[in-house]
Amino acid sequence: MHHVVIDRWSRGASPIHAREPRTKLVALAVFLISVATTPGVSPLAGAGYLGVLIAGIALSRLPLGGVLARAAVVLPFSAAFAALNWLAGDPGRAVALVAKSYLSAAAVLLVVATTPLEQFARAMESLGTPRLIALVVQFLYRYLFVVSEQAQHMRVAAACRAPRVPGAGGGLRFRAAAGAVGVLFARSYARAEGIHRAMLARGFEGRFPAVALARPRLPDFLFLLLAAALSLAVRIGVGSA
Amino acid sequence: MSLEPVIDARGLRYRYDDGTLALDGIDFRLDPGETVALLGPNGSGKTTFVLMLNGLLAGEGEISVCGMRLERRSQTAVRRKIGMVFQDSDEQLFMPTVLEDVAFGLLNQGAGRERAIEAALGALEQVGMRDAGRKAPYHLSAGEKRRVALAGVLVMSPEILILDEPTTYLDPPGQRELIHLLKGLPQAKILVTHDSSFASALAQRAVFFVKGRLVGEGPVDEIVRRFSWDGRSG
Amino acid sequence: MHIPDGFLSTPVWAAMNLAAAPSVAYLARRAQREIEESRIPALGVMGAFVFAAQMINFPVGLGTSGHLLGSALLAVTLGPAAASIVMTAILVVQALVFQDGGVLALGANVFNMAVAGVAAAYLPYRLWSSGKLRNPAIFLGAFLSVLAGAVLAVAELLLSGVRMGQTVLGVSFGLFLVTAVLEGVITVAVIRSLEAMRPNWVRAPDSSGRLVLGALAGAAILLAVVGVLVASADPDGLERLAGGAGIAARARNLFTTPLAGYELRGFGAEWLGKAAAGLAGLVAIAATTLALGKLIARRRGA
Repeated sequence: MHHVVIDRWSRGASPIHAREPRTKLVALAVFLISVATTPGVSPLAGAGYLGVLIAGIALSRLPLGGVLARAAVVLPFSAAFAALNWLAGDPGRAVALVAKSYLSAAAVLLVVATTPLEQFARAMESLGTPRLIALVVQFLYRYLFVVSEQAQHMRVAAACRAPRVPGAGGGLRFRAAAGAVGVLFARSYARAEGIHRAMLARGFEGRFPAVALARPRLPDFLFLLLAAALSLAVRIGVGSA
Repeated sequence: MSLEPVIDARGLRYRYDDGTLALDGIDFRLDPGETVALLGPNGSGKTTFVLMLNGLLAGEGEISVCGMRLERRSQTAVRRKIGMVFQDSDEQLFMPTVLEDVAFGLLNQGAGRERAIEAALGALEQVGMRDAGRKAPYHLSAGEKRRVALAGVLVMSPEILILDEPTTYLDPPGQRELIHLLKGLPQAKILVTHDSSFASALAQRAVFFVKGRLVGEGPVDEIVRRFSWDGRSG
Repeated sequence: MHIPDGFLSTPVWAAMNLAAAPSVAYLARRAQREIEESRIPALGVMGAFVFAAQMINFPVGLGTSGHLLGSALLAVTLGPAAASIVMTAILVVQALVFQDGGVLALGANVFNMAVAGVAAAYLPYRLWSSGKLRNPAIFLGAFLSVLAGAVLAVAELLLSGVRMGQTVLGVSFGLFLVTAVLEGVITVAVIRSLEAMRPNWVRAPDSSGRLVLGALAGAAILLAVVGVLVASADPDGLERLAGGAGIAARARNLFTTPLAGYELRGFGAEWLGKAAAGLAGLVAIAATTLALGKLIARRRGA
C-alpha cells in the first residue's frame, strides 16, 4: 500500500533525509508558493521546476520513476478539470491546472518521502500548528497501518461472503457494510482503551513528553538557501513569461 | 532479601458494567524472584486480575505491592514497581519509533532526555533489538514487537514483571528466544498464558482460574495434568 | 472534495488559510479543554478508523458503491470540537501522505470539511437529538456536511476562475446531492449498528443553551433565505461568483460522467451561483451561531 512504501522511503538515508525537518518544510513552502503564483506555467517554467524536483529526488536516493509515478495520482482529477477549461476556451488555465497540481504533488511527496511523518508533524507544530493537531496526526499515522490492514481483511472477507448475483442482496450487503464499519469502530475503540491502559501502566502523568527538535545547522541553511534560490530563479527568471 | 511477598492480594472482586462478576474473591501471593503461571480458559478473569494489580482496574479487595498498599495515592509508585507487557503489542507500542517508545516510561518519570535514550538503548540491547531504534513499530514482526515492549518495561527497572499471553503470534523460535530472555531476568514474574509448555519452562508454580475463581494451585505440571490443560492428554 | 494545489488563485488559497488558521486554533483549544491529554491517542485511532472506514464499499445498486466520509459520524461520537480536530488531522495526512488535496490548499479543504462540514453535521443533531427526530437529524447533518463542503469548494474554484460550465455545475451538484444522501444513509446505518453494540458510544450533545441555539439557527436560516432573495434581485454582487460558469456550450456535448445523459434543463448557472453563495453563507452563519450559542450557554452556566 502507498503509505507503507512512503513510510519506508522516509526512513532511509541521504543528504536530503539528513536535513532538519523545519528547513525542509520552509523550502517546500517556497517551492509551492513559487509554483502557485506562476502565471500560466510556460513549458520552460515547467521544465525548470521539474528540474529542481528531479535534482532533489536524485539527491534523496529515492527511485526517480517511482516518485514521479506516485505523484501522478493527482492527474486524473486535474486532467478532467483541464479538459473542461480547455473546452471552455481557456487552454492556458488547462495547462496550468495539470502542471501546477502535478509539480506541487511531486514536491510534497519528495519532502514527505524523506522525512518521517512524526518529524514532519513536529516541525509543523514548531512553526505554529496547534500541538493537539500535531499529536493527533502522529497517532493517526501510527495506527493508520494497523487499522487499514484490518479494513482490508474485512473487505476481502465480505467479498468472499457476498452473494454473487448482481443486484440481489444489495440491501443485505449494505447492512453488512454498515456492520463492518461498526465492528471496525468497536475494535478501534477497544484499541484506544488498550493504549490508554498501556500509557498509564508506564507512568503517564498527564502530558506527553516534549520532543526537542534538532537545531538547524549550516548544511540545513545552505540547503534551504539553495532550494529557495532555485525555486525563485525559475519563478522570476522564467515563470513570468 | 526479605520474606515479604512482592504481591499480596486478598479478596479481589471485580464486576463489569453490566453486573457480571469477573473476579469472585481472589487471594494471591507472589514471592521475590518466583515465577507464577496463571492458567485457565478464556474469560476466566486472568487478565482482569492482573489489570487490578497495578490499579488499571479498580474493584474490591486489598492489594499490596512491595509492601505498599495500592490506593489512589500510591498508584504511581506501585506502577513503577510493576512492568506490564500487554497482550496486544500494537497497543503497547504507541510512539512513532521504537526508541521513543522504549524511552517513554523514563521520560514520564522526569528523566533527562540523554539519560532516557541511553537507558532505552541499553534495554533494547538487553532484548537483542539494539539496532531497531529508528524503526517504526509497524515494520516489526510480532516477536520483535514483543521484545521491544519488554524493553520498554525493563527500562524502568521494575521489580515485578507481568506478561499477558506473551507467546501469542510467536513462532517456536520466537518462543524459545522469549523463554531464554525471561530466564535471564531476576524479577518476580506473573505469566498469563495458554501455553503449558511455556509455563512449565519458566514457572515454579501455577494457579488455575475458572469463572473468576482460583480453583487450583501447585507445580505447573501437576496443574496441567489435573485440569487437562495441554493439547495431548484426553 | 479535496482541492489540489494549483487550482485556487492566490487570493483564494491565502484567504482560506487565513480563515482556517484561527478557526482550527479555536477548535483545538476547545477540544483540549474537553479532552484529557491521555485521550489524544484515542483521537488518532478514531482518525485512522475513519480513514479505514472510507475503504469499505456500500453497494447502492446498479453496480456502484458509495463510501463513508465520516464528519457526521465523528461529530456524533466525539463532539464537534474533537471531530473537527480529527477531520483536520485526516486531511493533513491525506494531503501529505496520499497527495489527496494540496498543501497550500489545506486551509480551504480544512475549512470546507473540518470546520464548516463538521459544524453543518452537528447542528441538526444538537437541535433534535432526542426521541423520534434523532435519526432524521443525524441524516440531515450528514447530508448537510457533504453539501456544505462541496458548495464551498465549488465556490472557491469559481472564484479562482476555474471554468465550470452550466452543465458541469448542474451535473456536479447532482452528484453532490447523491453523495450527500448516501452519506446520510450510511451514517445513520452505522450509528444504528454502533448502538446495537453499545448505546453509550453515541454522545448526547450537551443540552445547555438549546433554546438560544434553536433561535439563533432559525435566525440564520431566515437570514440566508432573505440573503438569497435579495441577491437574486441584485445579481451584480454575485456576478463574479457565477462569472466563470457562463461558458458552457461546447462543453455540453463532450463532457461525460457516470451520469452521462443527465441534464438539468433550465438550471441556469446564475441560480446555482446564488444557491452556492446562499448555502455557503448559511453554513458560515451556522458555524458562527453555534460558536455564539456555546459562548452564551457557557456564560449562563458559569
